Amino acid sequence: MLPELGHFALILALLLAGLQAFYGLAAPALGRERWLAAVIPATAGQVVMVGTAFACLVASFVRFDFSVAYVAENSNSALPLVYRIAAVWGAHEGSLLLWITLLAAWTVAVAFGVARLPPRFGARVLGVLGLVSFGFLLFTLATSNPFLRLDPPVPDGRDLNPLLQDPALAMHPPLLYTGYVGFAVAFAFAIAAMLEGRLDQTWARWTRPWTLAAWAFLTCGIALGSWWAYYELGWGGYWFWDPVENASFMPWLVGTALIHSLAVTDKRGLFKSWTLLLAIIAFSLSLLGTFLVRSGVLVSVHSFAADPARGVFILAFLVIMIGGALTLYAWRAPLLKSDAGFEFASRESFLLFNNILLVIAATTVFGGTLAPLISDTLGLGTLSVGPQYFNPTFLLPMLPLLALAAIAVHANWKRGRLPARRRSLLGTALAGLAVAFALVFGYYAGRAGLALLSLTLGVWLILSTLVDPLDRLRRGLSMPRAIVGMTLAHVAVGVFVIAVTAVETYTAERDIALAQGETAHVGGFDFRFDGVGALDGPNYDGVQGTVQVSRDGAPVITLHPQKRRYLVQQSVMTEAAIASQAGRDLFVALGEDLGAGRWSLRIQIRPLINYIWLAAALMALGGFLAASDRRYRNVRAPATAPVDTGQGSPA
Amino acid sequence: MNRFLLPLAGFALLAIVLGVGIRHSKTKGVVVSPLIGRPAPDYVLPNLIEPAEKFDSRSMKGRWYVLNVWGTWCVECRAEHPVLVEAQRSGSLPIVGLNWKDSDEEARSWLAALGNPYVAVPVDAEGRIAIDYGVYGAPETFLVDPQGVIVHKHIGPLSAEIWQRDFVNRTTGAARTGS
Amino acid sequence: MIARAMLWVFCAAWAGAAFAIDTTQLPDPRLQARYEALTHELRCMQCQNQSIADSPVGLAADLRREVAEQLTAGRTDQQVRDYMSARYGDFILFRPRVSGRTVWLWALPGVLLAGGAIVAWRIVRRRSALAAAEPDADSGDLDT
Repeated sequence: MLPELGHFALILALLLAGLQAFYGLAAPALGRERWLAAVIPATAGQVVMVGTAFACLVASFVRFDFSVAYVAENSNSALPLVYRIAAVWGAHEGSLLLWITLLAAWTVAVAFGVARLPPRFGARVLGVLGLVSFGFLLFTLATSNPFLRLDPPVPDGRDLNPLLQDPALAMHPPLLYTGYVGFAVAFAFAIAAMLEGRLDQTWARWTRPWTLAAWAFLTCGIALGSWWAYYELGWGGYWFWDPVENASFMPWLVGTALIHSLAVTDKRGLFKSWTLLLAIIAFSLSLLGTFLVRSGVLVSVHSFAADPARGVFILAFLVIMIGGALTLYAWRAPLLKSDAGFEFASRESFLLFNNILLVIAATTVFGGTLAPLISDTLGLGTLSVGPQYFNPTFLLPMLPLLALAAIAVHANWKRGRLPARRRSLLGTALAGLAVAFALVFGYYAGRAGLALLSLTLGVWLILSTLVDPLDRLRRGLSMPRAIVGMTLAHVAVGVFVIAVTAVETYTAERDIALAQGETAHVGGFDFRFDGVGALDGPNYDGVQGTVQVSRDGAPVITLHPQKRRYLVQQSVMTEAAIASQAGRDLFVALGEDLGAGRWSLRIQIRPLINYIWLAAALMALGGFLAASDRRYRNVRAPATAPVDTGQGSPA
Repeated sequence: MNRFLLPLAGFALLAIVLGVGIRHSKTKGVVVSPLIGRPAPDYVLPNLIEPAEKFDSRSMKGRWYVLNVWGTWCVECRAEHPVLVEAQRSGSLPIVGLNWKDSDEEARSWLAALGNPYVAVPVDAEGRIAIDYGVYGAPETFLVDPQGVIVHKHIGPLSAEIWQRDFVNRTTGAARTGS
Repeated sequence: MIARAMLWVFCAAWAGAAFAIDTTQLPDPRLQARYEALTHELRCMQCQNQSIADSPVGLAADLRREVAEQLTAGRTDQQVRDYMSARYGDFILFRPRVSGRTVWLWALPGVLLAGGAIVAWRIVRRRSALAAAEPDADSGDLDT
C-alpha cells in the first residue's frame, strides 16, 4: 500500500504546487487580493504531500519492500538500516524526490520568513517556488516515478552501489541539493522583485541570509564529495574536474559572486541589475547541473540515466524557467538605475573586480565542461577536456582574485582611502612573503615557482583579513556575526590556498611492488609491508594488508589498507588506509596481487590535505554565521510590515 | 541592441547546444575512428588455426575482407559469434578474427565448441596490433576494401541486420559504382 | 559525483580490479616524470573518466607500456601524443591540442580577462566621476 500512497501523494503534490504557483503569481498580477489567502494553504498542502511521498519511499526501503522496482534496484536484505535510508537517494528517481523534498523544506522556511514581508511580494516568492516544484514533480511523475511496482516481485534486491555505502557519501547529496535548491530562493526573490518592478536595498537585505545559507550548504556538499573521493576512490586525489564535479562547482562560483554583489546592493543600492542576473544564473546553473547529470549528454554521466526522454523534459523545463526569467530580466532590468558613485580604490570597486573574476572563472569552467558538446554541435569533432586544461586556466583569474581580496578587506565603502592603510597592507604582504619563503625553502625545501606566489597570497589574505577584527577586539568594539562570518570565510580561503598549494607541490608518492618484509622509503618515512590476511565483512569479503610505518627507526603507526569484494554486486573496492597526522596524511592503498607474495601498493604523503576540507568547513561556518546576523532578522518591509517574529534566518 | 537581452541570447545558444547534445547522446562514448579512409595497418602474427605458419595481413590485399576483434573473456563476443558463423556460411565476405589478449588454449576450445567463422586467426597476445587499429573494446569489426583501406568500423556486437547493411551491402554497392 | 561512482564501478567490475597501481619504473627519473605526466593526460578509452595511469583495464596497461617504450626509445612527448591520437582520435587527449578547432577554448580565459578588464575600467571610470560630484556623506565603516 505504501508505494501507492506515495505515488498518490506525489500526484496531489503536483496539483497543489500548481495551485501554489497559480495563486502566488496570479493574485498579485490580477489584483485579486482574496486569492492571496489561498497561497499559504496550497503551499502547506504541497509540502505535506511531498513529505508524505518521501516518507513512503523511506519506509519502503526500511521495510525491504522489493516489490518496488527502485528499492529492488538499490537495496538488499543484508544492507544496514542507515544505508537503506541513504539508498533512497542512491540513484536517479529517489535523488530527484530528495531534491523536491528539500525544496519543500526551503519553502517552509521561506513561508515563515516572508510572513513579515509585504503580502504581494511574499505570494510571488512562494508562487515562483511552487512553479519550480511543479516542474520537478511533473518530471518525476512523467519520467522517473520511484514508486513503480515490480511484477512479479523479486526475492532480494541488487544492493546499493558499494561506493555509496559510506557515511560521507550518504550525506553528500542532501547537503549538495540543499545548496542547489537554496539558490531557488534567491531566484524566487529576484523574480518576485522584477514582477513587482521594485528592487531596493531592502530587497537585497531580505535576500542575503537565504543566499548565504544556500551557499554554505553547497560548500559543505562539495567538500564532502571531495573528501569522499579522496579516501574512498583509492587514488589519493580530491578533485578531478569531472563534468559532474564541475556541475556543482559552477553554481558555487556564481553563488560566491552573488553573496558579494548582494553586499553592494544592500549597502549602496548599486549593481542592482547585475545582482538580479547573478541570482538567476546561480539557480540556472543548479538546474543545468541537474540536466548534465541526468540527460546523458556528457561522457561522464552516461551511466546515471542515459535517457534522452529525461533530457528532453529537463531541457524544456530549463527553457521555460530560465528563458522566462531572462526575458523578464531583459524587460525589467533596464529600469533599474542608480546614480551612486564610488572611487577607484573603494570597496565597491574591489567587489566589482571580485565579481568579474569569479564570473570569468565560472565561465572558463563552463566552457571547458561543455567544450566536448559545443565542439560536437559545431561539427568540430570529438575532444576531451581534462585537468590539464582546467588547472592552469582556473588559476588565471584566481590568483589576482586572492591578491585583490587581501587588499579589499581594507577598503572603505565609497571612498578610496587605501593609502591610509598602507602600513597594514605592506606589513601583512611582507609577512606573507616571509612565511612563504620559510615554508618553501625551509620547511618543505622543495620546488618554488608558483608555490611561492600562492603561499604568499594565502598567508597575506589571512593576515590582512585579521587586521580589522583584531583591532575591533582590542578596542572593545562589538563584533556583529556578519563580520565574524566574513572574517572566518576569508581566513578559510587563505587556509584553503595554502593547503592546496602544499598538496599539489609537496606530495611525495610512489606506486611500488613490495614482497612481505620489504620496505619502501617515501618522503622521509619507511613503509614496511608485512603481507596480507583474509577479511570478513557483513556484506563483503576480501584481503587486508599490514604496513608498518616508521620514521628514523621509530615506529609511527600500523596501517591496514583493504581490498573488499562486495558479494551481491561482485565489485571490488579499495579501502585505502589513511593516517592523519598534524600537517600531513599518510596514505596507503593496496593494489593487485602480483604473484609470489608481491603486491602493488600506492604510498602517498600528502601535506596539509586535511586543511582543504577544514577550510571548506570554516567557509561554510562563516556563511552560516553571517546568515544569522541580527541585521537580517530585523529587516522590515517599509510601511506595512507586521511585527517581527524573530524568525527568518534559515539555519 | 539592448544589452540586457544578451543573457537571453546566450541562453538560447546554450539551449541549442544542449538540444543537439541530447540528439547525439545515444552515441556518447562511441569514438569515431580516425582510421576510417586510411590504409589498414599491416602486421604479421602467429595464426591460431594454422600454427605452422604466420599470418601476413598483406595476403588479404586485392579483395574485400572483414577484421573482427574478439577474445574469449569478452561477454558480448559470445553473443555475436553465431552471427559470424552464419555470415561465414553465406560466404559473402572472408572474416579474419584478431584474437585479442587471450589464451591460445581457451581460444581454440571456443572455436571448437562454437564453430570457426574465420579464414585466419592472428594472435595478438600483447595487444600491439589492436592499438594500431585503435581498438578500445571487444568486439570491434572493420571492413577493409581491396586496396587495403579501412572503409567502416563497427563497435559492439554485430547482428545479422548490421552485417548485411554495414558490411555486405557496402561491398556490393562499391562494386557497382566501381564497374 | 554519484554518476562518476556508477561508471567507475562498472569499469571496476569489468576489469576485476579497483584501480591501477602502476609500478613501472623507468631508469631515468626525468623520463619517469615525463612518463607519469603523459599517462595522466591520456584518456582511457574504456573507463572514459580515467586516465590510462589510473585505469585498471588491460588496454590501459598496454597503452602505458607503449608510452614507456616510446619514451625510452627517445620519442618526444608530442610524438607519443600524435601516435595515440592517430589511432584513437583527439578524444584520447585530456589536454586538447591547440588547433583551429580548439583555439576558442584555449583563448577563452584570456579573452574573458581582457573583456573583464575593459568592463571594470569603464564602470569604475563612470562611477568615480559620479563620486567626485557627490558631497562627501561619509560611510567609512568596514561593515559587510
